[in-house]
Amino acid sequence: MSRGLKATAAFALAVLLAAGCAKGSATRESAPDGKSTIRYFTFSAAPDHLADLDKIIKAFEAANPSVTVTVETAPYADYFTKLQTAIAGNTAPDTFELNYESFVAYAASGALADLSGEAAKDDLSVYAAKSLDTFKRDGRQLALPASYSAVLLFYNKDLFDKAGLPHPTADWTWDQEMAAAKKLTGKGVYGDFQPVQFFEFYKALAQAGGAFFSDDGKRATFNSPQGVAAAKHLLDKPGTVMPTVAQIGGTPDYDTNLFKQGKLAMWHNGIWQFAGLKDVPFQWDVVVEPAPVKASAVFTNAVAVSPGAKNPAAAYKWLRFLTASDVTARTRIDSSWELPPLADAKAYAGYFDQGPPANRRAILDAVASATSPPVIVRQQEMQDTVTKALEQAAAGKTPIQKALDDAAAKVDELIKQA
Amino acid sequence: MTARTTGTRPDAGHAGPSGSGPGDGPVPAGPPRRAKVRKAATVLLFLAPSAVPLVLFTLVPMAGSLWVSLHEWNLIGAMRWTGLGNYAGILRDGDTWRALGNTTLYIAGYLPLVYVGGLGLAMALNRVTRGRDLFRAVYFLPVITSWVVVALIWKWLLNPSEGIVNKLLAVIGVEGPGWWTSDAWALPSVIIAAAWKDLGFVMVILLAGLQAVPAEALEAARVDGANAWQRFRHITLPLLSPSTAFVLVISCISGFQVFDQVYVMTSGGPAAAASEVMVERVYDLTFRYGRVGDASALSWVLFLVILLVTVVQVRLQRRWVNYG
Repeated sequence: MSRGLKATAAFALAVLLAAGCAKGSATRESAPDGKSTIRYFTFSAAPDHLADLDKIIKAFEAANPSVTVTVETAPYADYFTKLQTAIAGNTAPDTFELNYESFVAYAASGALADLSGEAAKDDLSVYAAKSLDTFKRDGRQLALPASYSAVLLFYNKDLFDKAGLPHPTADWTWDQEMAAAKKLTGKGVYGDFQPVQFFEFYKALAQAGGAFFSDDGKRATFNSPQGVAAAKHLLDKPGTVMPTVAQIGGTPDYDTNLFKQGKLAMWHNGIWQFAGLKDVPFQWDVVVEPAPVKASAVFTNAVAVSPGAKNPAAAYKWLRFLTASDVTARTRIDSSWELPPLADAKAYAGYFDQGPPANRRAILDAVASATSPPVIVRQQEMQDTVTKALEQAAAGKTPIQKALDDAAAKVDELIKQA
Repeated sequence: MTARTTGTRPDAGHAGPSGSGPGDGPVPAGPPRRAKVRKAATVLLFLAPSAVPLVLFTLVPMAGSLWVSLHEWNLIGAMRWTGLGNYAGILRDGDTWRALGNTTLYIAGYLPLVYVGGLGLAMALNRVTRGRDLFRAVYFLPVITSWVVVALIWKWLLNPSEGIVNKLLAVIGVEGPGWWTSDAWALPSVIIAAAWKDLGFVMVILLAGLQAVPAEALEAARVDGANAWQRFRHITLPLLSPSTAFVLVISCISGFQVFDQVYVMTSGGPAAAASEVMVERVYDLTFRYGRVGDASALSWVLFLVILLVTVVQVRLQRRWVNYG
């Protein structure tokens, strides 16, 4: 009998242990003597700006001794997978970063705490009003703008000089870009690099004078003649002035390395690349993208509080500091880490006077002609639909018009289902 | 196999001095009901090490996914009841059928390759008398290697412009295909990698089967004048049929569940759509599109497909498997 009892006890213990393990991983660190710990999850800090984020945290903790901030990072490609799994598993970080494209779905799903209460006690006039409004829903402030960035045309000055070509200027057209790219391509050098995908397409569409959605936002209109022109502009590049998908072969950071090795003359990419290009052994600069109608991609990131955060007041305080403190503005400017969304441009005037690149003011041109990405609740499906359609057309499997028509019909369906 | 061992163990226990069967308790002539309860408790205790993980990590999640499959849920928001709506939706979705078609094509390519290859290796090894264990270990090594590692290596070998395979093909004057970047070659690329990795597993099973083929039977056939092919066809193959049946069922199930190699080799690439398989679709629906209800429904559809195919296979086995 006692043998049976012992075994039963051992079994019960094992079950308890298993239950304990499951619970242990789900509970947060306890907060001794009134101190609270705020977990912050981010994609934009790693790998280039972890030290910069640390600097901001140190300053925040010095000003708020009762709060400790712990950082968790994930690369952008895995970030939202991890975040949504953590939310579903009740282990959501107290505070986390979001891009605008994801904000819409998170806001619609009730996954963001309402910050209006804390915000009402606070003066938010430091933020650019438009940025602040972007992250409001039904009058509720669901996130604080954290940073913005723009996509520009990066170019290798040395390659242009060697070919005896004039440098790109702000009033360049698509044709001028293509003509220069053709002359620059050859001898192991590619003239241009612009990926064939959703984000390049929505922008090229705006540059061609087209609209992605109808005015009421209920219908996709990117299969217009302007859409076809935009797609043609993108599809003309691979295989002529830029490597094909097969040549790239899924290699990560292929274009970044190509540019860094001085084998790429023009590169469509974002200002988040500035820090990584600090030490390249050639001269380079940026200019607002060539286009028939000026339109530039501008991306905004925000930070939000999870509805389950233990100490929402402290969480808000941290996000407020992270997004709009002088320390943050200075740190971002010093390290070329995107731009703070502040109302007073003087706060980051120093950013434009440093180089490389010399022509940082191109960012202001881009912001002046900013076009935000089209966003719906079922965002990723829409992005994949458009990218797939472009790939089909690029591979010659479907004519451009038909590929865009099919994609537009699918996107209409996605808008309806959400 | 499992049923047999669990069936014999308790008997062995009864014989031993430490057994806790009905005869061993301090009250030898206890009421029969109590004895029954105690026996059941003992059985449960012995089952616990495999039953508890099975319940916790397989049955409970399965029940959970059945529940989720009846809802609309994006992981970050509240669940909304949709009844069988998700099932109706995914069965109408062309992507589901494309994924099922790709999975079927994968199995159609993978199964013959891995079986014939594994059989060939097993027969070769069966003749080897020295270093058989070494060869067996070497061929088994890929089986226990992480799929991600294997898939990355194959992706590199089959790189259209930089890969060794295409460079070797160029030497003999053949222009290599685009492999995992081309629609036509994406699935074959994955099949080659999968067959290479699983060859060792099939070989080990079939080698065990071959070693059980009685030498007298082969000898008798030889005396009767049967040539090598006839001995293989009429003696070895029929006697190997239980091992063959096992390999086919297991490989077919794992074929329907194929994911890692496809995800690593082609996902997000130019031929992603041409090689999307069922589990990859489940993954994308869940983690990429936040459609966990649809993904769960698709998982259950896949489960039913596998169940159906396996039942049919087992039924058909009665016709061709020789359990002697």
